[in-house]
Amino acid sequence: MTVRGLAVPKWGLSMTTGKILAWLVSEGTEVEEGTELAEIDTDKINGVLESPWPGVVRRIVAPVGATVPVGAVIAVIAPAGAAEEEVERMAAGARERLASGIVPEESGTAFGTVEADGRQICYATLGEGPEVIVLVHGYGGDKGSWLFVQEPLARRHTVHALDLPGHGGSGKRVEDFGSLTGAVAGFLDAIGAPPAHLVGHSLGGAVVTAVAAARPGRVRSLTLVAPAGFGTEIDAGYVRSFAAASSRRELRPQLGKLFADPGQVTGRLVDDLLRYKRLDGVAEALKTVSESMLDGDRQAIDVTTLHAGLAVPTVVVWGGSDRILPYGEAGRPPGVRLVDGAGHMVHMEAPAAVVAAVEEAVEAGGS
Amino acid sequence: MARTISYREAINEALAQEMERDPRVIIMGEDNAGGAGSPGEDDAWGGVLGVTKGLYHRFPGRVLDTPISESAFIGAAIGAATRGMRPVAELMFIDFMGVCFDQIFNQAAKFRYMFGGRAITPVTVRTMYGAGLRAAAQHSQALYPIFTHIPGLKVVLPSSPYEAKGLMIQSIRDDDPVIFCEHKMLYDTVGEVPEESYAIPFGEANIVREGGDVTIVAFGRMVGTAEQAAGQLAGDGIECEVIDPRTTSPLDADTILESVESTGRLVVVDEATPRCNMATDVCALVAQEAFGALRAPVRMVTAPHTPVPFSDALEDLYIPDPQRVANAVKSVAGWKR
Repeated sequence: MTVRGLAVPKWGLSMTTGKILAWLVSEGTEVEEGTELAEIDTDKINGVLESPWPGVVRRIVAPVGATVPVGAVIAVIAPAGAAEEEVERMAAGARERLASGIVPEESGTAFGTVEADGRQICYATLGEGPEVIVLVHGYGGDKGSWLFVQEPLARRHTVHALDLPGHGGSGKRVEDFGSLTGAVAGFLDAIGAPPAHLVGHSLGGAVVTAVAAARPGRVRSLTLVAPAGFGTEIDAGYVRSFAAASSRRELRPQLGKLFADPGQVTGRLVDDLLRYKRLDGVAEALKTVSESMLDGDRQAIDVTTLHAGLAVPTVVVWGGSDRILPYGEAGRPPGVRLVDGAGHMVHMEAPAAVVAAVEEAVEAGGS
Repeated sequence: MARTISYREAINEALAQEMERDPRVIIMGEDNAGGAGSPGEDDAWGGVLGVTKGLYHRFPGRVLDTPISESAFIGAAIGAATRGMRPVAELMFIDFMGVCFDQIFNQAAKFRYMFGGRAITPVTVRTMYGAGLRAAAQHSQALYPIFTHIPGLKVVLPSSPYEAKGLMIQSIRDDDPVIFCEHKMLYDTVGEVPEESYAIPFGEANIVREGGDVTIVAFGRMVGTAEQAAGQLAGDGIECEVIDPRTTSPLDADTILESVESTGRLVVVDEATPRCNMATDVCALVAQEAFGALRAPVRMVTAPHTPVPFSDALEDLYIPDPQRVANAVKSVAGWKR
């Protein structure tokens, strides 16, 4: 009869506290693994905390409106038959720690930099399972965009999230699409065996597909999240406006297009992107990458032929309300899981669907 | 990658990175090498509070130690800028600026205009301002409104280490004369700053905190004071939007007006004395451009119209604090006609 404390997860590298916006369960609710428990605001975006275990919500320790440090216990989950005294002991301890503000800060995230294909590639690693997963973000994104996905995957796997050249903390020099695929292939070579499960969002989806074709021995499976490179339809205006935007006023409406619910875009998300865009070399890098992505107002990158030649299993997820790469256009891959209520940023708006897709790909391609 | 460094280190890093990038960048100022009673250049202080420490030996011949003659070396820096250099001159205390007003107001600020746009003057004048160091009336003033008044000058007030580095890099790259005002009480404050070079554009305000009830516009060190007040007020159910204009010239009027359009209430926090300061300027802007949106009178939280006192107790009272800001916010939030 395990009595367990539910902690505020570390969703993303900059998260230190979470504010509880709503509890979606009450004391006594029976939950499964994956049941939505609470809405938590991370400054950057609002996320839904799902139950890591089946059981009964025995205590809710932190009230709605509380701002709680990462790692702090906010609820107690235990089987229905677990002793009341044991549940209360854990709840009392959690209340005491919340009141005193003493919470062990242990993110477990390790940061690293490797030289890959002659470029400095920055990455963050979480988890230590036998299967290795590499998360590759899209155009203008960075390793932090996997904030809701990396942590749940890391419970069972070793999960690296990297910054593509020109993005995040990686070197800003980038010449073309080949610079991106070369860097990811170089990253796989640098981290060594075993072969990895690649996950790519948007432009990152096209990148990991090309990498799987270039390094078949290093890749076990692909999970493509609203991938570029399948079909020609794209909101080219978004791509160009994102590259050109230099102020909050210009950037914010563009970011709204990424989500089914533009209200998801917080000031912090906009500010973090502006901080990135101000770094020397980023404006040129984004211009180069955006030009390599577009042929007029259509996609220039096409990985369908490469993908057809791959022997590894692929799972594809797409947001039903994607406005950047609208699903249902010609050339999109078959067998896609459509996620209702998600826009282009499926991994931020519906992380559970992306986690499930990755787990499925890992299962299908596992050793 | 970002890491945590101080405001002083952020300015030093900006100077070093720009000197690496551009050989035209030089530094001029007092006590860069040696200091009163020191053995000379081997004991390079890096200015009176050590902001340029380490640069004298790292960039031989490009960090010039000047005599205590502000009018001479500020004039020399302006002249060098017109001839293609990118000098960063440190004028220790903003209070001493008066002896070089002609060089700054009548020369540097006017060249581009009077030569029909065919001359540029890319000089940056670094200077310390503000009360709190027990340095008395002649070393504690917040005189940035005087420079804001002069067309042709750009005036920068970094409120944090992130702002300090990015605004210093922009100041050096900018083709116009810039008065870069460093608050002496901020040098040891710390914050996250990227290791890479980056420039923050002038005239673009930072929304430090979002909120829908009251707009607080605050300058320089007062940004932190306003944030503290906003934190307290959130506990009382009043959500403040805190705006840091970052530069007083150019001023990001659009961001201020958009915020007041949504909140209908304005408090301006300015450490300068209250006549013709930034608070009066912003209040006039809002009264003229957003009168219809106002649901309460505007409020100014400033220093009193007196010299900065030498008495510790009086100096502490002189400087606007979070409680005064919170009181002003409450008075406009609860205002009834």
